[in-house]
Amino acid sequence: MSKKILPKRVDMPEQRPKERVKNFEEVALGYSETQALKEASRCLQCAKPRCVKGCPVRINIPGFIKCILNHDFKTAIKIIKKSNYLPAICGRVCPQELQCEKNCVLGRKYEPVAIGRLERFVADYNRSREYKVKKKVKLNGKKVAIVGSGPSGLTAAAYLASYGYKVTIFEALHEPGGVLVYGIPEFRLPKEIVRKEIEYIKNLGVEIKLDVLVGKTLSLKELFEMGYSAIFVGTGAGLPKFLNIPGENLNNIYSGNEFLFRINLMKSYKFPEYDTPIKIGKKLAVIGGGNVAIDCARCAVRMGAEVSLIYRRTEKEMPARSEEIEHAKDEGIKIFELVSPIKFIGDEKGNVKKIMCVKMKLGERDISGRRKPEVIEGSEFTIDIDTVVIAIGQSPNPLLLETTPELRVTNAGTIIVDENGETSIRGVFAGGDIVTGTATVIQAIGAGKKAAYAIHQYLREVGDV
Amino acid sequence: MYKVVANSELAPGYKLVKIHAPLVAAKIQPGQFFVLRIDEKGERIPMSIFEFDRKRGYIETVVHEVGKTTKKLASLEVGDGIMNIIGPLGKPSEIRRYGHVVCICREGTVGAIHPIARSLKRAGNKVTIIVGARSKEYVFLLDKLKKISDEVIVATDDGSMGRKGYAVSALRDFLKSNKVDLILSIGPTLLMKTASKIAKEHGAKAISSLGAIMLDGTGMCGACRVTVGGETKFACVHGPEFDGYKVDFDELKRRQKMYVEEEKIALKEYERLL
Ligand SMILES: Cc1cc2nc3c(=O)[nH]c(=O)nc-3n(C[C@H](O)[C@H](O)[C@H](O)COP(=O)(O)OP(=O)(O)OC[C@H]3O[C@@H](n4cnc5c(N)ncnc54)[C@H](O)[C@@H]3O)c2cc1C
Ligand SMILES: Cc1cc2nc3c(=O)[nH]c(=O)nc-3n(C[C@H](O)[C@H](O)[C@H](O)COP(=O)(O)OP(=O)(O)OC[C@H]3O[C@@H](n4cnc5c(N)ncnc54)[C@H](O)[C@@H]3O)c2cc1C
Ligand code: SF4
Ligand code: SF4
Ligand code: FES
Repeated sequence: MSKKILPKRVDMPEQRPKERVKNFEEVALGYSETQALKEASRCLQCAKPRCVKGCPVRINIPGFIKCILNHDFKTAIKIIKKSNYLPAICGRVCPQELQCEKNCVLGRKYEPVAIGRLERFVADYNRSREYKVKKKVKLNGKKVAIVGSGPSGLTAAAYLASYGYKVTIFEALHEPGGVLVYGIPEFRLPKEIVRKEIEYIKNLGVEIKLDVLVGKTLSLKELFEMGYSAIFVGTGAGLPKFLNIPGENLNNIYSGNEFLFRINLMKSYKFPEYDTPIKIGKKLAVIGGGNVAIDCARCAVRMGAEVSLIYRRTEKEMPARSEEIEHAKDEGIKIFELVSPIKFIGDEKGNVKKIMCVKMKLGERDISGRRKPEVIEGSEFTIDIDTVVIAIGQSPNPLLLETTPELRVTNAGTIIVDENGETSIRGVFAGGDIVTGTATVIQAIGAGKKAAYAIHQYLREVGDV
Repeated sequence: MYKVVANSELAPGYKLVKIHAPLVAAKIQPGQFFVLRIDEKGERIPMSIFEFDRKRGYIETVVHEVGKTTKKLASLEVGDGIMNIIGPLGKPSEIRRYGHVVCICREGTVGAIHPIARSLKRAGNKVTIIVGARSKEYVFLLDKLKKISDEVIVATDDGSMGRKGYAVSALRDFLKSNKVDLILSIGPTLLMKTASKIAKEHGAKAISSLGAIMLDGTGMCGACRVTVGGETKFACVHGPEFDGYKVDFDELKRRQKMYVEEEKIALKEYERLL
């Protein structure tokens, strides 16, 4: 090839750390048209694109990049939406460095093409121009119910609607989107963007019923009785884990979920304009090292706290994206490595004041291949804090499972499905975090897409369509 | 939108609000609750049911105006909407034949106790209801309680109605001459703590419905965690009713006060804007 390759990707403008710690606005600002064109020109348009194999939903990456080069942004979005109904979201939150971009051939010698940023650009460009697809789908007269409006449920709904089904999503919370609205903070994923992507899916004919907790408000059996021929369950992993150490129920100790739920969904950062309060304090500690922990820490910094992140292994082992860890450090978050809390100590009012911790060292590798942290005897010390966020992971949402004993689950509480995503109940399919345990947005989208297809096959087989 | 279809005053600071919420009305069982959010900027708060009409899709709740949200709720007029209502939440009361049951409550919590007492009565129990209140003015819905129970005992702090003193003193006296199998308490945390202690001394079972601070009400946040028998439980999914012998009421009381400063700010802002 004679083309001269630009070795480095085009940088994406960002809000500077000093400014961004004072607001909840988006940190990464997105490419301009010129920047997008320049980045798009780096793509080699491989005949056998390896990048596509790294994308769980197999977006035609060179296809949409070529459209960018031709200034044909409409066709670009059409190509993307064939495989992914939530591109503005994935372009922002996919761990691209482990997926599409990891596989890009350019990555062998240079920096890989910034596929996520380009995907985001195409989605944003078309959204700001109110571009709408007018698809006329003939309804086939059958109804499908979706439980949960996270990325898996939204995607399953969108595909089923495009196949001609009348689709209703039942969501427990007062806003659709799952983790996209209650978990991932505004400064990484503006809620207005999630709302617009959901608007698009509603335009395909999908109805969303909020305030319905399936298992309590309505059972799966009742959904069938209401005329839904099949059900997709995408209820996610939203049950917070705690440490089970003394003092954990002292005041001002939050689970990561509660902390983010208050801030993102209830807009506590705008209290008292919004009614839901939150405690931040002056010194706040987050326990954990994953995406959720980093998100909590970065929220707390924006609300004025001095934030420490307490992690029992080293920074290298942190499951959070390295880009986000860097962001967090730039924002002034202190990381305590190889430290593990053993006890919370409160004052006479029951407010937490100190964390007693021990130092750790890394020992043998465990099954996950990471070195196991071990306690260093006699290394106890305390940290003064006035708020704690425990962000050590979430388990599958158990509520629907407890009220539907026929649904077979693993010991970990995830729903057991066959290769088509069908559960132990005929006509009930499942996907996303409720099946895999905490994973990623794009994996949930992939599961929703697969299940939609399987539901379509199933309903044809049983002669319902 | 969930429409308010009736709103009447029961006593100063107490309203009986009737709301059209068919999905909740269709399913709710005594002991369960729902969570509402009045408007876009509102918080999610849990409320109990006083009465439900499955056919017409109505639920009725007794509102005690203690802060911004309950005051806002109490001020809604017929035809006004509530943005979100989700339910039923929590576990239903365990309704079976215990023998003689005393239900003890204070002022507004008669609302929550009413459907439970009624079901206990229907299940063949002898039901005595003890209601405590500041004064006569704050004793309400008495006719309804009388209809569904064997006996209602009223105790007022100032003696303006029934006997003088707290409901728990009335309970102690009642137990002097009556054998009771279960004491079910819904009310201020101190009332429930004392009632449970008395139950234990008397050899009766104790059940209390805990007013933990809640957020989602579906088990996703852990805001409502309470310690029961040394174990952490989520009041919204494992409760709200628990074995009164085992509840750490002191912890509950402490956690209920977590946001007092913020609650004052919210209320002041609300009243300033009125
Ligand atoms: C703070 C945080 C940050 C994250 N950051 C990233 C990231 O940067 N990149 C990435 O790829 N992934 C990230 N993840 C993971 C990702 O968000 C999840 O893997 C993904 O959202 C899972 O999608 P889902 O559709 O399975 O479920 P969810 O998004 O969890 O949605 C489930 C929905 O179902 C509803 N529901 C549950 N039970 C019921 C019921 N019984 N009846 C009705 N509705 C019900 C819930 O209210 C919820 O709305 C993050 C997760 C968290 C918590
Ligand atoms: C299961 C359950 C059933 C309830 N049923 C009723 C009922 O039928 N009628 C009624 O009037 N009240 C009921 N409550 C209490 C009611 O939820 C609170 O009074 C209300 O949330 C207070 O909100 P506010 O903004 O008016 O007052 P605030 O000023 O915010 O708070 C006043 C006090 O109410 C409690 N409280 C505050 N926020 C919450 C919250 N999110 N969840 C629970 N408690 C909170 C705190 O102890 C606080 O000190 C119930 C509570 C629970 C847990
Ligand atoms: S959806 Fe995610 S993995 Fe797929 S191309 Fe886009 S950024 Fe890459
Ligand atoms: S592998 Fe890289 S260079 Fe090749 S098509 Fe994909 S993005 Fe372009
Ligand atoms: S209120 Fe969130 S878990 Fe109970």
